[in-house]
Amino acid sequence: MTFTLVYLAVIVLLPLGSLFWEASSLGLGEIWRLATDARTLAALRLSFLTSFAAALFNLPFGLLVAWVLVRYDFPGRRVLDAVIDLPFALPTAVAGIALTALYSPHGWVGALFAALGIKIAFTPIGVFVALVFVGMPFIVRTVEPVLAEVDLEVEEAAATLGAGRFRAIRTVVLPVLAPALLTGFALSFARAVGEYGSVIFIAGNIPYVTEIAPLLIVIKLEEFNYAGATAVAAIMLGLSFATLLAINFIQYRTRRRFGHV
Amino acid sequence: MKSFSLGSLAFAAILSLSASMAGAVTLTNVSYDPTREFYKAYNAAFAEHWKKETGEVLEIRASHGGSGKQARAVIDGLPADVVTLALESDIDAIASKTGKIPANWRSLLPNNSAPYTSTIIFLVRKGNPKGIKDWSDLVKDDVAVITPNPKTSGGARWNYLAAWAWAYGQYGGDEAKVKDYIATLFRHVPVLDTGARGATVTFAQRELGDVLLAWENEAFLALDEFGADKFDIVVPPQSILAEPPVAVVTANTDKAGTTKEAKAYLDYLYSDEGQTLAAKYHYRPSRPEAVPAELVKAFPAIKLVSIDDPIFGGWKKVQPAHFDDGGIFDQIYRPAN
Repeated sequence: MTFTLVYLAVIVLLPLGSLFWEASSLGLGEIWRLATDARTLAALRLSFLTSFAAALFNLPFGLLVAWVLVRYDFPGRRVLDAVIDLPFALPTAVAGIALTALYSPHGWVGALFAALGIKIAFTPIGVFVALVFVGMPFIVRTVEPVLAEVDLEVEEAAATLGAGRFRAIRTVVLPVLAPALLTGFALSFARAVGEYGSVIFIAGNIPYVTEIAPLLIVIKLEEFNYAGATAVAAIMLGLSFATLLAINFIQYRTRRRFGHV
Repeated sequence: MKSFSLGSLAFAAILSLSASMAGAVTLTNVSYDPTREFYKAYNAAFAEHWKKETGEVLEIRASHGGSGKQARAVIDGLPADVVTLALESDIDAIASKTGKIPANWRSLLPNNSAPYTSTIIFLVRKGNPKGIKDWSDLVKDDVAVITPNPKTSGGARWNYLAAWAWAYGQYGGDEAKVKDYIATLFRHVPVLDTGARGATVTFAQRELGDVLLAWENEAFLALDEFGADKFDIVVPPQSILAEPPVAVVTANTDKAGTTKEAKAYLDYLYSDEGQTLAAKYHYRPSRPEAVPAELVKAFPAIKLVSIDDPIFGGWKKVQPAHFDDGGIFDQIYRPAN
């Protein structure tokens, strides 16, 4: 217990505390002005909305991938299993450059969409694509072990009681998975909000349109405006914390409802 | 207990990584992005020169990145012996925030401590299909312009200022019209990369945009790198005189005992050899007479406006007025009410 507390304090709370300390040198009035500045708001809206959308997108598809990996055995399954983790290991800048090359109007995928009149790279859609990429493993990896624990017999029992395939999954399997899905969603979302390296290449970085909040922080640093940078960071942290708390609360509720620990 | 030993193992690994190599005297040059190739050649040349002169073996390390980011690293404690950055204001920031560089650094070396200069020119697609010749062509309807973000890139600030200087002359100093031109220009920019190299890649490899506003040396390098059959260099009649400055970080060198070497390193930039090498890497030498004539001839003649010209009044005025939070650059992006 003591060890956990000390460890948490040194590794997590100390840096975060110093962040708020640095930000507090600005004074509340200035922080409020920054927080309600149209440009900050635009950047925050972009960051949080695309992160939320990406995590939401990853929810069903991550589940699908986890499902296939757990329930089916096929040649190359282990290789595929390892591939899932690649977005974790890849330096995010490399991922960003690769994605941009692919989705820019002259890239393989980008050219296809450009023919349809849809631009992906250098628009908010590009940001979304990058965030889906970095967030995917979080859902797959949190759902996978729980899914592996689910007894096939429970599903079979549901089937013998007359439940169709879809109903069995919805009423028997999904409730068991719900906490893991929520955790994966929260992790994927949190990671996406703070993501810089992979997004910066594909975003376009136009103020008010494709400027993400982390870039705003970097810009403030370039101006040697440390207090301003940490203030934006503190605002982001506050918002993220509130979101994560909300997710944890939902998780707590679902657990109680379905009687899991 | 097991996790403990794992922890200490990780700690030991980090320690061994950060332990410095002992032996020869090392000199650290903290520089900006597009000087990579030049300083690689220059470091080898200087090390050889120094060995011949004094018998001392030097190991020179160079670190490259966005000029502002590099300055911040030095402010935060990176033990740089010399800084060779893109902007005077970046060295000023180190001087004023840490005192590690004397405030009068600009007068310590010839030519305002700028051993080489450069300017901003246009790189266009082969054959110049959009017919871009001057700054006025950049705001034509179907032209897309690639430049990095002036907030995060030193080179981009020079791009912005070069455009400003042209518009100032064009509109007879009518500031509202100049701002209007700059705002229109940046509406033609589809992507704001964070650094000069990123913008070059966007233009050359992603094939985005019709014209790249680039450092002269970076444009020539792009020709060497990506092939002269794909791009043309267009030299506008007027541009800006960019003076990337250098300085010894005396507080650091005094501590490390490398002041003598650091000074000689920067002095050698002004020597015939240093100047010739700079010219070879497409930097304009500050002493053209020291450089073989055919290298000097390679630089196109342009009317160059200095940052100390009355329309700008030096970096100390330009930086806050244009690029600081809420400055003119921020204003042009503010949505119209």
